[in-house]
Amino acid sequence: MMFAAQSIAQFLGSLGGWEYVIAAVIHAVLLVHVFALSPFAFIWLERKVSGRIQDRLGPTRVGGLFGWLQSLADGIKLVQKEDLCPSAADSMLFRSAPYVVCVASFAAFMVLPFSHGWVAVAADCGLFIILAILSLEVFGIIMAGYSSGSKWSLFGGMREAAQMVSYEIPLAICALVPVVAAGSLNLGEIGGMQRGWFGYWFIFHDPFTFIAFFVYFVVATASCKRAPFDLAEAESELVGGFHTEYSGMRWSYFFMGEYASMFAVCGIASILFLGGWNTGIGPLDDALYAARNAGADGTGSAALGYLANVLGAFVFVSKASFGVFVQVWLRWTLPRLRIDQVMTTCLKYLLPISCFLFLGAIFWPLVMVTAVGQTTWTSNPLGHLVAEEVRANQIQRAAGSVGASGSAAIEKEAVR
Amino acid sequence: MSGENFLFNVFALLTCGGAIAVVVSQTVVRMAFWLVISLGSTAALFFLANADFVGAAQLLIYVGGTLVLLVFGVMLTASGPYMKIGTSAGETVVAGLVGLLFLFVVLSSVSGVKWREPVVVSAENVATGAVGNTLRPLGLSFLGARPDLSVSEPDQDLVDDFHSITKRGLRPDLSVSEPDQDRRTGYLLPFEIVSIHLLVVLIGASYLARAKRRAEPVDQAA
Repeated sequence: MMFAAQSIAQFLGSLGGWEYVIAAVIHAVLLVHVFALSPFAFIWLERKVSGRIQDRLGPTRVGGLFGWLQSLADGIKLVQKEDLCPSAADSMLFRSAPYVVCVASFAAFMVLPFSHGWVAVAADCGLFIILAILSLEVFGIIMAGYSSGSKWSLFGGMREAAQMVSYEIPLAICALVPVVAAGSLNLGEIGGMQRGWFGYWFIFHDPFTFIAFFVYFVVATASCKRAPFDLAEAESELVGGFHTEYSGMRWSYFFMGEYASMFAVCGIASILFLGGWNTGIGPLDDALYAARNAGADGTGSAALGYLANVLGAFVFVSKASFGVFVQVWLRWTLPRLRIDQVMTTCLKYLLPISCFLFLGAIFWPLVMVTAVGQTTWTSNPLGHLVAEEVRANQIQRAAGSVGASGSAAIEKEAVR
Repeated sequence: MSGENFLFNVFALLTCGGAIAVVVSQTVVRMAFWLVISLGSTAALFFLANADFVGAAQLLIYVGGTLVLLVFGVMLTASGPYMKIGTSAGETVVAGLVGLLFLFVVLSSVSGVKWREPVVVSAENVATGAVGNTLRPLGLSFLGARPDLSVSEPDQDLVDDFHSITKRGLRPDLSVSEPDQDRRTGYLLPFEIVSIHLLVVLIGASYLARAKRRAEPVDQAA
C-alpha cells in the first residue's frame, strides 16, 4: 500500500530527515529484488526453452513441477565454489571486474519505470541516462578480459570492446526514432503517451518506428552479447572468452548482469515501442488511467489506483519478459556469427539503416502534414497536441487577439 | 550533516581519491579503472546537483566511450602482458611543477568566488529554476530557438508568418523579438563546427593508422 502515497517519503511523513533515508532503502531493496529475481527466472527459462528446442525436457527434478528451483540450486552450488584468482592475473582488476558489470546493469533499473509513476528516479532525460549507464557494463567485461592474464580472455575482451563500441551507435539512433515521435526523453512521459488502443503504440506510429523496433531489438540483443552475437564468450573457439578464468560467485555475477541487462533493454523496448504499461485496449487503459489519477489526487480510492498500477507493472513486466523470451529463442535457433560478420552487420547494414530510419522519422510529420493535414495518421499523441494547438490559435485569431495568443502558446510550450 | 552533504562528501572523496590513484598507479589499465571511479563519481556529483543531462553525458562520453577506447587501444598495442608506464625523475619534477601551477590557478579562482553570498533571485533564475524542465529549452537552443530569452513581445511579422504556417500545421520559432535578433543563432553553429572537427580528427586518425602498402612497381617494361 505504500505506493498509494505519492512517494514513500510523503507516506512516512516527517521523521526528522530519516524518512528520505528509509524511502531510499525501500527503493533500493525493491530494485535489488528485481535485479536478483529476474536472472533467477530467466536462467530457468533459458534452460527450459533450450531444452524444448533441442527436444529435451530441461530441468525437471529440483523443486518439483518444471524444476523451477533449478536456479536456486545453481546459486547454492556457485556460492560453495572456491574463489580463484590465477597467478598471471592482475588481481585487483580481476576481482573488481564482476562488480563493475553488476553495478552497471543494476543501476539501469533506477530510471526504468515499471508503471505510471513507479520509478526510483524520475529523470527528465531518463532514456539518455539509462543508455549511458548500460554502456558502462562493457567496461567490466573488457577489464575481466584484460586482467585475466589469459589469451582466451584477452581475445574475448577485445571482441567485446570492438562489438560494443560499434553497436552502441545504432542502439542510440534507433532509440531516438520513437523519441522523435514522442518529443520527450522522459521514459515515464513516453510510456504515458501511448495510452489507448494499441494503434497508439509507437511501433505503429509510422513505418520508420515499425522498422526501428526490429532494428533496435537486433542491436539490443547484440549489446547484451547474446547469441548470435556472443563473440565475447564463443565457447567453441575461446573456451569461455572473457570469463574463462572466473569461477564461483564472481563468474555468476557476469551472468546476473547479462540477464538483468537483457531485461533492461527489453524494458526500454517495451516503453519506447510497445506501449510500456498500457494494455493496448482503449477503454481499459482509460479506466486504469482514471483510477490512477483518482487514487493519486485523493478523489478516488487509493487502493484502486494502487491496483491499477500493479496491473500496469504486470503488463510491463510481461512485455519485457516476452522480449527476453524471444532473445532466448533466437539464441538456441541461430548459429553464431564470425567476428567480421558481426562488425559488417553493424557498420555496413544496421548503422546506415538506423540513420535512414532516423531521417525518415524526422521527415515523416512534414510529409503527413502536406498529405493529410496532420502530423500522424493516428490522432494521438503528438498529432493530437499539435491539432489542438492549431485549433486554439485559429479560434483566438478569429477573436482578434493575435499577439496574446502567440505569447500564450510560447509560454505553454516553455512550461510543457 | 544533511543526507545531500553526506553524499556530496562521499562522491567528492571518491573523485579526488580516484584522481590521485590514477597518478600513482603504474599500469595503464589500472589507471583506466581509477579514472572510471573518478569520472563516475563526478557524474554522481552532477546528478546530486540535479544536472541529470550533464551527468549522463559524462558517463556516456568519458566512461562508456573514451575509456573503453583507451583500454581497447592498450589491448591492441601492448607487447607484454600488462603495459606499464614508468616515469623518470625529471618527468616527475616537471609534471609536479605543472600540477602545482594548475592547483594554484584553481585555488585562486575558487577563492575568488564569494560562496557565502546569497544567490540573487532574478526573474530569469526563477523562470528556469521553477519549471525545472531545462532539457527542452536546451534542445531548442541547439536548434536556434531561445525560449528562455524574451517572450514578451512577439514580432508582428513573425506572428503573421506563424499563422500562415500553422494553417499547415507547422510550428515555427517566434520566441525572439526583433531586438534579440543577434542572439537568435543559438548553439547550432558551434555544435556543428565541433562535430565536423571530430570527423576530421577521425579521418586523420584512420589515415595515419591505415595499413601501409609498398608502392607496386608499375609496368617496369615500359
